[in-house]
Amino acid sequence: MMKIKIVLFASLRETLDSDGFDFEVAVGSTVASVVGALGAGRGEMWARVLGEDNVLTAVNHTMVNAPQVLAAGDELAFFPPVTGG
Amino acid sequence: MRIVVQAEDFDSGAEIKRLADQSNGVGAVNSFVGFVRDNNEDTHVGSLFLEHYPGMTEKQIQTILTEAEERWVVLSATVIHRVGELTPGEQIVFVGVASPHRGDAFDACEYIIDYLKTRATFWKKESTPDGFRWLETRQTDVDSADKWKQPEKS
Repeated sequence: MMKIKIVLFASLRETLDSDGFDFEVAVGSTVASVVGALGAGRGEMWARVLGEDNVLTAVNHTMVNAPQVLAAGDELAFFPPVTGG
Repeated sequence: MRIVVQAEDFDSGAEIKRLADQSNGVGAVNSFVGFVRDNNEDTHVGSLFLEHYPGMTEKQIQTILTEAEERWVVLSATVIHRVGELTPGEQIVFVGVASPHRGDAFDACEYIIDYLKTRATFWKKESTPDGFRWLETRQTDVDSADKWKQPEKS
């Protein structure tokens, strides 16, 4: 197992009532498998919210897609489409 | 390049002067300032809360500025974006570009604000008479950014 950091922003942070936490995942985990693990470990709400089509993901401040493989210590962020400016 | 994310207000005049003073080769400074409106989608907006992803936001803006520098002649550029609680009439964002000529300054400034809206990790939440609501991405903003993907006219 390895430890990564999960962070959540905006509507996802509010809906899931969490701004982030350390999370133990299997070595070789991908973004997609972490979403599965969060859904399995934290309940149906997490699976549904993180599974929505418009949810964006970033690893260590770089946008990534679901197949991205994670390393120990990575910061994995989930957030909705951006609305700044 | 100057990238600032802050809760405090900014002085557009001072920022324009700072850009102009970078070098005597500056022939044009173009700037954009965004403000909080008191209405959105036919609903009164009492206030706006702006959240961002510290670290990633600055990195995304840096990337956008670098792209603009590769595409146009940019001598200096500034992006200031406010976060936290803002009320109608307040300034949200400043984009300024200094170039030798106005064409580059205009285009680079528009490119930066268009991509800032679709790629920089900021999120707005409005306070309305019906409660709070997170804004959703506007298709018009996506279309504005997408126009830069078309080949440049020669």
